[in-house]
Amino acid sequence: MTIAAPHEFEPEQGGMAACPACAVVPSAKELAERVKPIAARLMLSVPMAHCAACISTVEAAVLATPGVRSARLNLTLKRISIEATPEVTAADMVAVLKGVGYEAHELDAGLLSATETDKQGRDLLMRLGVAFFSMMNVMLLSIAVWSGAESATRDMFHWISALIALPTVIFAGQPFFKSAWAALRVGRLGMDVPISLALFLASSISLYETIEGGSHAYFDAAVMLCFFLLLGRYLDHRTRAVARSAAEELAALEVPRARVLVEGAEVERAISEIAVGDLVLVRPGGRMPVDGVVTQGASEVDRSLLTGESLPVFAGVGTVVSAGEVNLTGPLTLRVTAAGAESSLHRMADLVAVAESARTKYTTLAERAAAWYSPLVHLLSFAAFGFWMWKTGGDFRHAINISAAVLIITCPCALGLAVPAVVTSASGKLFRKGLLIKDGTALERLARVDVVVFDKTGTLTLGAPEPTNLDAHAPHVLSLAAALASGSSHPLARALAAVAAPAAVSDVREVPGYGIEARFGGKLVRMGRAAWVGADPVDVTATYLSVDGVVHVFTFADQLRQGAEDAIAALKAQGKTIKLISGDTTGSVADLAVRLGIADWTAGALPADKLALVRGLGAAGHHVLMVGDGLNDTAALTAAYVSISPASALDAARTASDIVLLGQNMAPIGDAVRISAQAKRRILENFGLSAAYNAIAVPIALIGLATPLGSALAMSLSSITVSLNALRLK
Amino acid sequence: MEILSILIPASLLLGGCGLAAFIWALKSKQFEDPSGDANRILMKDWDDHPKP
Repeated sequence: MTIAAPHEFEPEQGGMAACPACAVVPSAKELAERVKPIAARLMLSVPMAHCAACISTVEAAVLATPGVRSARLNLTLKRISIEATPEVTAADMVAVLKGVGYEAHELDAGLLSATETDKQGRDLLMRLGVAFFSMMNVMLLSIAVWSGAESATRDMFHWISALIALPTVIFAGQPFFKSAWAALRVGRLGMDVPISLALFLASSISLYETIEGGSHAYFDAAVMLCFFLLLGRYLDHRTRAVARSAAEELAALEVPRARVLVEGAEVERAISEIAVGDLVLVRPGGRMPVDGVVTQGASEVDRSLLTGESLPVFAGVGTVVSAGEVNLTGPLTLRVTAAGAESSLHRMADLVAVAESARTKYTTLAERAAAWYSPLVHLLSFAAFGFWMWKTGGDFRHAINISAAVLIITCPCALGLAVPAVVTSASGKLFRKGLLIKDGTALERLARVDVVVFDKTGTLTLGAPEPTNLDAHAPHVLSLAAALASGSSHPLARALAAVAAPAAVSDVREVPGYGIEARFGGKLVRMGRAAWVGADPVDVTATYLSVDGVVHVFTFADQLRQGAEDAIAALKAQGKTIKLISGDTTGSVADLAVRLGIADWTAGALPADKLALVRGLGAAGHHVLMVGDGLNDTAALTAAYVSISPASALDAARTASDIVLLGQNMAPIGDAVRISAQAKRRILENFGLSAAYNAIAVPIALIGLATPLGSALAMSLSSITVSLNALRLK
Repeated sequence: MEILSILIPASLLLGGCGLAAFIWALKSKQFEDPSGDANRILMKDWDDHPKP
C-alpha cells in the first residue's frame, strides 16, 4: 500500500504537466501529498447503484470529501473503493453516500482482497480468447477446403490449420484434461473424460490424415469444441465467483470491533481479543459484541434479531444481555461473561454450521444429465469402432475415424452451455433486481417451492415503528409529543418526532430506560413507559404522554418493509401457500397478517417452533422457502428447502440462507420465484434441444456419413440455439 | 494462387494483433467491471472539456 499510493497518482500528474502553465502546480501538490501520511483504502458496498448517473453522483460526492484521493465505483460488484488519508473513516463515507441518497455498508478490505484478482476467471478468459482466435482462423481455412480446395492447396491449408489448432487445443484444453485426469484417477467418468477424449482423438486423427494427405480433417471441430465448452465453463465460473465474492462480502460487512475500558480509558479492540471479565462500553445504537451483565447505565435493548420481539426491553444494572442485541437509549457498560466463540451468538452460529453440513446435497439437473450421458457416449463410440472394424474387416483408420466423429458430434457443446447460459442469464437478472444468489443450486431449488414461510420482525417489517392513532390526538398534544420525542433516539420517539411542529419546551431530559421529561409552560410533562408516566398499560406497542395528569396514549405498529405487499401478492398469484411465523406477541402478528392478507399465522413462536414448522412441511412433501432475518430464524432457514434473508439480517442468518436480498425493497422475492421457475423450464428445453440434435446427428455419424462441414454446422447451430433460448428469460 | 502466400500471413497477422490486444486488455484488468464501463460512456461529466 505504501508504495502503491504514489504510483496511482502518476497519470494525473502527467495530465497536469501537459499544460505548461500548470507545470509548477503538480510538484507542489505532489509535495503536499508526500507529507501526508500513508493512504488508507476503504471499501464500501453500494447495493443500490445501477446507472451512469449513479456513478457520477457517488464518485463526485466521495471525491468532494476532504482527504479523499481517488474513488472508483465498480458497478458490476456494486462496490466503491476509496483511497484516502487515514483521517477519513468508513463511517464518514457511509454518511456522505447517505447524504446523496445511497445506502452503503462498510466492507473489510482485507477480507476482500482475495476476490479482487479473480485469477482463475482471467485464466479461463485468456484460454477462451485464444480458442476464439484459432476457431476463426481455422474456420477460414476450412471453408476453403469445404468449398473444394484440392490436392496441394488442401494439404497446405490442413497443415496451417494443424499449426494453429494443435497448440490451441493443448493450451485451451487444459482445464478439461486436468479435470478428466483427476476424475480418472479416482475411477470416475465425469463430463470431462469424453470431452478430453474427443479433443485428443479429433486432433490426432486430423494430424494423421494431414500427414497422409487425406481429405477430411477435424481441426475446426477440435477448436470449436474448445471454444464452446470453455464458454460454458467460463459462465459457470462467473456465476460461482459472484456467489463466492458475495459470501465474502457479507462476511466482510461485519467489522468486529468493540470499545473496552482498560484502567478507565476507552480502547478500541477486536472482538477476538476480548476476554471474560473485561468491561465493554456499548453506545446507544450499537450492537452488543459479547454476552455480559450490565454494570453501569440504564437503557432499552432491542432483542428482535434474537427473539423476534418488536418491543424494546428495559436493561439496567444486573440485566443479562446477549451478543447481537442492539442498545437503544443510554450508554451501557457490560462485564463480559462470554466472548467470541463462547458467546451465545456464536453458539447459535455453530449450531447452524452443524445443521448446514447435515443438509442433504442437492443433485443439480446438470449433474443428473452428466451421470447418464458420459457412459452412453463412450459406449456408442466404442460400439461404432467395433462394428466398423468387423464390417470393414479390420480397417482401423476408417473405424477410428467414425468413432471419433461420434465422439465429436455427441460432445456436449449444447449440454455444456445448456445450464450455465440459463443460470448466468437468470442470476444476472436477479442481481439487477437486488437479489444475490449465494448458492449455485438455489435457483433450481427455488423453482420447486410451493410454500413460503415469512418471519415478521425485520423481514416483513423493518423493525421501525409507525404511529397508528395520530388522528385521536389534538394538534397541541401532537406538537408537545414531537417536542419531547426529538430529544431521544429511541425508535418510538424517532417515529413521533416528525408528526407535528414541536412545541416550545424547556429542560428536556432523557431518563434512559424510562422516557423523556421536560418543562412546558412551567409544568412538568413526561413521555415514556406506562409505569413511569403513571398510566395503565395497553396491549399493543405504545408510549404514554402525561400532561396535567391527563394521559395520552400513542400506539404503534411496525412499519412494513417496502414491497412486502407486492411480494406477497406476486407469490399468491403464482399459487404459493403463504405462512407467517413470528416470536412477537399475538396482537402485533395478527395485525400484520390482516394488513397483508395472510390467513395462516403463528405468534409467540420459539426458534424450535419455527424449525418444527419448516421440518413438518418438508416431511409432508412440501418444498419450503423460508424468508427470515433473525438468529431465531437461522435453524428454520437452514432446514428449509431454500431460504432468503435481507442484507440487514445477522451474519449467522445470512450465512444460513441461499439468497440475500441486497436492498430494502422486498418485491424482488416474487420475481425470484417466477424467474427461477422460468429458468428451470429453459434448462429442460435446452436439454431437449441438444437431445434432439443428437438424435439426428448421431445416426448419421454412426453410419459413417458425417463430414467435418456437417459436424461444424450442427455443433455451432445447437450451441447458438441453446444460448438464444437462455436469453429468452424475462 | 500465389496471392495466398500474402493473404494467409496477412490474415493470421491481423488476427494475431486482435489476440494480442485482447491479452493486453485482459492483463490490464479491463474486464473487471463490464457494466460500469458500459455505463461510463453515457456519463455527461466530461462532455464539454476533457478530464483535467
